Amino acid sequence: MQHLTVLPSLAGGILIGLSASALLALTGKIAGISGIVGGLLAPEAGDKTWRGAFVGGLLAGGFALALVAPGALAATLPRSTAALIAAGLLVGFGSRLGNGCTSGHGVCGIARGSRRSLAATITFMATGAATALVVTQFLAGTV
Amino acid sequence: MRATDSTGISLAAFVCGMVFALGLGLGGMTQPSKVVAFLDITGEWDASLAFVMGGALATHALLRRWIIARPTPLLASSFVVPALTDIDGRLLCGSAIFGVGWGLAGFCPGPAIVAAGGGATAALIFVPAMLAGMLLHQRIAGRNEATRRRSR
Repeated sequence: MQHLTVLPSLAGGILIGLSASALLALTGKIAGISGIVGGLLAPEAGDKTWRGAFVGGLLAGGFALALVAPGALAATLPRSTAALIAAGLLVGFGSRLGNGCTSGHGVCGIARGSRRSLAATITFMATGAATALVVTQFLAGTV
Repeated sequence: MRATDSTGISLAAFVCGMVFALGLGLGGMTQPSKVVAFLDITGEWDASLAFVMGGALATHALLRRWIIARPTPLLASSFVVPALTDIDGRLLCGSAIFGVGWGLAGFCPGPAIVAAGGGATAALIFVPAMLAGMLLHQRIAGRNEATRRRSR
């Protein structure tokens, strides 16, 4: 059973927007997670330090959440290891092929007024909704 | 770039990453069941994540205007400007594939990394697979690039 959490969700969204804005104001970089991680995996040396630091901050934030608000990480789904691996491969491959994910296209891109990012966001929202529907309605919510 | 700037950039990136993670956690994005309940509009629809996205978008859209009105960022020499503007097959295919994975596991890249940092079992399986997917794309893209160069 899910509950509508308007205020915490709005506050969380504002924090995300502040983080993306601070990153832009201080470093000039765009807070797109798949792009930041993808650059970290690239063979050329490039600018790996700040990317590593940002991902380190995400991991540290997750560690802090597990200590202070374990409920934030508690609501899991009945998903097999195979389904999680398949989903991970699709998310990793797809977000790199499409040059962005929820953060880079959905937040930073649309905030910039990019039509490209709007098209990407509509696309992944649509296929995400279709997949969630199929799993819930036809596979009884378990994969 | 001076050494102090690069240290400052890394420190700023770390703090921004941490704030981003707390925002995702507070907003509910690190709970795969909440994400799927948002994506599945036919079930008991949980609209909460629309507020996460709306809040993030509105905040960033407002602040971004006066941030980029400055000549440079505070710690670096220029703002990154995305080079691509075309809506092409690669963008739409990639986004479609990403969405299927997102709807299947309830994780997109940021929340998955945050949940892995908190030791969530599903994320600890999902994230290595996601990195493998990114590496796979990199290899294929690299090979295509090499083929293009040879045929030129």
